[in-house]
Amino acid sequence: MNQSKRHRYRIHFTKGDTLRFIGHLDLYRTWERTLRRARIPLTYSQGFNPRPKMNQSPALPLGCTSECEAVDIWLEQELHPERILEDLRQVTPQGLQIQSVKQVDLRAPSLQSQVIAVEYVVFFDPSTPLDDLQSSVQNVVEEKNILRKRRGREYDLRPLIEHLEIDHGEPEKPILRMILSARQGATGRPEEVIASLGLDPTFASIHRTRLILDTE
Amino acid sequence: MTPEEVQRKLEHILPTVQKPGRYTGGEYNQVIKEWSQTPVRVALAFPDIYDLGMSNLGLAILYDILNQQPGVLAERTYAPWLDMEDAIRRERVPLYSLETKHPLRDFDILGFSLPYEKINTNVLNMLDLAGIPLMTSERDHEHPLVIAGGHATYNPEPMVDFFDAFVIGEGEEVILEIVGCVREWKRSNGARKDLLKALAGILGVYVPSLYQAHYHEDGRLSHIERLTDEAQLPIIKRIVPKLPPPPCNHIVPFIDITHNRLPIEIMRGCTRGCRFCQAGMITRPVRERTVEEIVAAIDHGLANTGFEEMGLLSLSSSDFSSILDLVREVNERFKDQHLSISLPSLRIETVSVELMDLLQGNAHRGGFTLAPEAATERLRDLINKPVSTEQLLDTAHEIYKRGWHTIKLYFMIGHPTETLDDVQAIADLCKAVLAKGRSIIGKRARVNVGVSTFVPKPHTPFQWTTCDTIEQIEEKQGLLKRQLRIPGLKLNWNDPQETMLEAWLSRGDRRLGRVIHKAWMQGTKFDAWQEHFNYPAWMEAFETVGVDPSFYLHRERSLDETLPWDHIDAAVNKQFLAEDYLWSTQGRTRIDCREHCYSCGILPTFIDLRRQHPGKTWECPEVHSPSQKKVKTLPLIQN
Repeated sequence: MNQSKRHRYRIHFTKGDTLRFIGHLDLYRTWERTLRRARIPLTYSQGFNPRPKMNQSPALPLGCTSECEAVDIWLEQELHPERILEDLRQVTPQGLQIQSVKQVDLRAPSLQSQVIAVEYVVFFDPSTPLDDLQSSVQNVVEEKNILRKRRGREYDLRPLIEHLEIDHGEPEKPILRMILSARQGATGRPEEVIASLGLDPTFASIHRTRLILDTE
Repeated sequence: MTPEEVQRKLEHILPTVQKPGRYTGGEYNQVIKEWSQTPVRVALAFPDIYDLGMSNLGLAILYDILNQQPGVLAERTYAPWLDMEDAIRRERVPLYSLETKHPLRDFDILGFSLPYEKINTNVLNMLDLAGIPLMTSERDHEHPLVIAGGHATYNPEPMVDFFDAFVIGEGEEVILEIVGCVREWKRSNGARKDLLKALAGILGVYVPSLYQAHYHEDGRLSHIERLTDEAQLPIIKRIVPKLPPPPCNHIVPFIDITHNRLPIEIMRGCTRGCRFCQAGMITRPVRERTVEEIVAAIDHGLANTGFEEMGLLSLSSSDFSSILDLVREVNERFKDQHLSISLPSLRIETVSVELMDLLQGNAHRGGFTLAPEAATERLRDLINKPVSTEQLLDTAHEIYKRGWHTIKLYFMIGHPTETLDDVQAIADLCKAVLAKGRSIIGKRARVNVGVSTFVPKPHTPFQWTTCDTIEQIEEKQGLLKRQLRIPGLKLNWNDPQETMLEAWLSRGDRRLGRVIHKAWMQGTKFDAWQEHFNYPAWMEAFETVGVDPSFYLHRERSLDETLPWDHIDAAVNKQFLAEDYLWSTQGRTRIDCREHCYSCGILPTFIDLRRQHPGKTWECPEVHSPSQKKVKTLPLIQN
């Protein structure tokens, strides 16, 4: 495939409740099928098992929702971004809402390498005891190291937490806000932060609010 | 529990289980109707996990038909995997539908698909998870009507305790008659008994509690008695005279499933008559869709789903009359769409290789599957799958020559009269195919061999014959394992104990119900999953209930014995099957019933349907005679 004939677009989208439990790789296939339904001419790799050329923003942990996901797609044909947006909106599954489509320079770095950190907010189930939240947040912030185990490997969570604070929306309903590193090989997971505060992550709804790019 | 409560509980449960996407619903093309405005609500259930159930075409067809009907809604449910089962039992969440999270108890009809037998205990487990009494006798007007359809219901007897009704045959029309019946009954505020009697009057519907089984002193079945006039005897299977257009709004799964593709059924039935093959007998007559219809369905299906893979499905693709036209047309229309196309069940002949070549271009070179089923010409004649060894090797040659590296060969052991020499021949043939591959592409050549074990299935010419014992099977498998330990060759086989289970459940009578119940109480489920199959629990269940398992498997039936499924009429009559069984012992074959009608019984049973649908709709001979009576003596007609 002649490189110069390709056209690259970036789709910004939200991942809602219905899709919370659909993983990163499954979302690729969902995108491929959504784009195929819209008859948008994706560029495919050569070889025995052709795959469409696509690139997503860093993986959203399973169970989280997001208002700031992005996927880059490469097309065989130049199309007006507005047209892509309109065609896609007719055929998106529940839980996937497209915010915008923009054309991107072919030479721009990949989404994953551009993103350096990610912001999350966390809402807690009313049954969660939050009296000690203020002090446990304080403790985590003041710790030098927070050693945790994930998939049998020990690692230090603390350097991955770039920012952690309580945002009092309503007095009885504190919201947790955090910025976690999302660099290659150094990705903080929000449910790990919640667990390190002594809370049960399965009683929290985690929502990704912002991708922080290294250009910012 | 309300759907909202189920949803709230799921929020906390789903982060803790594997593949939570199995339990969320919300996929593209799922249908949600207004619950309170819909008088008849149907839950379609598959008694195994989502990954398998979502690949079931029968349920997809019914989902489409039911949801197109005003006043009817259909939602889906599947067996939860072990971790999810633990979680919902712990949190007391009843089994629910994926679409709206309504507990299954809230539906009017709970319809299970039973395509094979080893999922029977999962049915009991799902009923239990739903809080629905397991036994038909324990259910009342508050409970959904629990019904089943699918190939395994051609011998419903082992499961009669648990189902209110069975559908025998094809569901496209009868499902709407059942829905109509339930709607009327709900309006009338009748008793459960009234509903069952009304259902029993629908052609193809079997309400087992309206029949009683009588046995001889030696344990053989004597006869099945009707307990009420509404009950039909025999229960004749339902067919659709003409295949309706295939559904093209398939649900698009988010997660990966077993067959993650657009399924298009091109033909139903098979004219070959392999004697071990239950599907080939019970899905007659052969009905084809036209090439135009199929291409239009693919076009719509792809536009509505975005699938990147498609399967053209039938029992024997090579026998589709216009297969070459179809392949050319599909190739022409869809070649630029990065679509991977599969065409399973091809005959062993070089033409099949040319077809695949045309269809797959350079894109895909996975394995090429051939199913000779037996390795000696004697046995292949006996099972009525006559292919010469030379033909098989020529086909293998063509496959390797055209760029495939792997050939998958499917065999069966345990055919009637099989000796160890016949089994040795399997090993020899596999080696010959591998040698063929090596001579063409060298060390890259691979042969994967799948050896399953024959179970004599109801409604086949072999229904009277015996099943090998575990010892016989182990001896034959042992021979193959020793012989086929060769680089480039991979052997797969079935656990003989699992074969026993398949045989009990497919050949059993009403007395099996108590065994199944007992086995489930001892924790059996997911019996089709090797790692979860619990043979000792089954043996213990037989022991406790006092039923002898070998009675069903290792005893040759005489031709005049009443078989547990004789009251189920698959329209291929017993006389034909008996004659074909006799022919098998003489090595006589019946090549292809398109060429020559062998009077299997389909035409006399469905004479009116055939008359109303003349021409190429069916592959059976035309019926010209206007008189009903002549039909019984229908001569063998040459096409």
